[in-house]
Amino acid sequence: MSDMDHSAPQAQAADEVHLPHAPENVAIWCQNLAFHYREVEVFNSVSFHVHRGEFVALTGKNGAGKSTLLKLIVGLLEPAQGQVLVFGAPPRRRIESIGYVPQHTGFDAAFPIRVEEVVGMGRLSGLSPVAKRQKQENVEWALRQAEVYDLRERPFSTLSGGQRRRVLVARALVGHPKLLVLDEPTANMDVDSEKKFYDVLERFKGSTTVLVATHDSDFVSALADTVLCVGQDIDHPHSVHRHAIEQAVNAPEDIYGGKVVRVRHDIELPDDACCEGKE
Amino acid sequence: MGGFLQALVNPAVPFVRNALIGSVLAAFLFGILGSLVTVRRIAGLAGAISHTVLGGIGLALFLASRGAPKWVSPMLGALVFAILAALLISLVSLKAKQREDTVINALWAIGMSLGVVFLAKTPGYIDPMSYLFGNILLVTSQDLYLLAALDVIVLLLVVRYYRHIEAASFDEEFAATKGVPVTAVYLALVLVIAVAIVLLQTFVGIVMVIAMLTLPAGTAGYFSRNLAGMMVNATLLSLVFSVGGLAVSWHFDLPAGAVIVLLSGAVFIAFSAGRMLAGRRLARS
Repeated sequence: MSDMDHSAPQAQAADEVHLPHAPENVAIWCQNLAFHYREVEVFNSVSFHVHRGEFVALTGKNGAGKSTLLKLIVGLLEPAQGQVLVFGAPPRRRIESIGYVPQHTGFDAAFPIRVEEVVGMGRLSGLSPVAKRQKQENVEWALRQAEVYDLRERPFSTLSGGQRRRVLVARALVGHPKLLVLDEPTANMDVDSEKKFYDVLERFKGSTTVLVATHDSDFVSALADTVLCVGQDIDHPHSVHRHAIEQAVNAPEDIYGGKVVRVRHDIELPDDACCEGKE
Repeated sequence: MGGFLQALVNPAVPFVRNALIGSVLAAFLFGILGSLVTVRRIAGLAGAISHTVLGGIGLALFLASRGAPKWVSPMLGALVFAILAALLISLVSLKAKQREDTVINALWAIGMSLGVVFLAKTPGYIDPMSYLFGNILLVTSQDLYLLAALDVIVLLLVVRYYRHIEAASFDEEFAATKGVPVTAVYLALVLVIAVAIVLLQTFVGIVMVIAMLTLPAGTAGYFSRNLAGMMVNATLLSLVFSVGGLAVSWHFDLPAGAVIVLLSGAVFIAFSAGRMLAGRRLARS
């Protein structure tokens, strides 16, 4: 299934755009993207790209459009204009490559479901029947990776906030995604849970492309290779910019559960700043 | 109780046996669809559909009295109104979620009022109570065949697409990123519920369909570990409530639909109260 998924769409996409690198090396390609909710403009001519294996922090104030951008990237929303490509194809054709961890603040505590079953949802692909044996191994692997294996029999509603977020990460990991997209995964989390959460993410640094939206915009986790800022330029409120990062001096120690780097919102980098030496 | 068992095998009163078979067939729909109505929190939608049904029944009876062809039956009127209501609410729910509540309540009231107006203008006395509260003893063999057919369809769909339905009910957004057609799943569910309501209201009536779609499933939700368990437990509870209610109503000569709902409601309230007390004790210790 995944082989078909990768060859056909690339051929089609290559006709329409010229990616600067081989499509399998460009995890995300946004070109001239525009999006609005009815009359409210959210994005206008947004262009940026993310290389395979990069760890990207997406920052921006509440309401700037971080979640909207993530939804465009995972294919939950369609752009009004422009293009989003994930590994060279529209997100809807890259279902197997994308692992999404939604914000999920409004889940229903009365829903009877166990951790193992929540994670098992990661096995779904369209309306195809779920192949049991081989995919059960993936569920167990994902449960262990996110350090929730011991919780697998527990009702989801009895977990703490931090545990729940890790379960949702496990669910996203089941399909061995090449791109992991997380929407404010550590919001309202205590310091210890946050540390544990970033420890889990650290395992995937380098091997999996990670795009994580965060609420705090002055510092980001030191895992980040790249920082993209949504709507922080007053002159361009509907844009996404690449900002410089530097080693943080006197940084608060109680965020992102470990080392952080400072975001220099005053230094904007060109979009090809990341391309040197990349195929 | 012995009287009820005797009546079951007494060929002079075949309607008692029909009522029992009907209760068993209905229990599957109450249990499975009720669980989905409960976890997806669409009891209001189901309530609006069931009340709109009265408008369809009233219109069909009115047209029949004005010389409409024989196929214009109350069942057909009910079906048309139920499906229209389901589609209208779904459309609003998908396009303008914030208006859903208003539309549900508007349809609820308009549907019922239409029914009352049509029934008033239909010559001869028709007791709206029999449609509101049903009469389980009036179930025909044709009703039973239709119910059995719907049972089979619902069971097949739920077994085949269980994981997809579970995911779309728990987290629609995530399911969509996995390629599950969540809108189609929702529409299919709402339409099946609409058809089920039309068939079930002949048993327990319009008002009580909604009670049976929520009370057994709500009770099962207190002790079930997952959605499948909830469906099975809710089906078993519905079975106990409807067969038990039927027997009790036969024994004491009470309206069956009302007794069944009272039984279901009493157990639900007992469970809820027990849960609350247990929770308070847990919080104190």
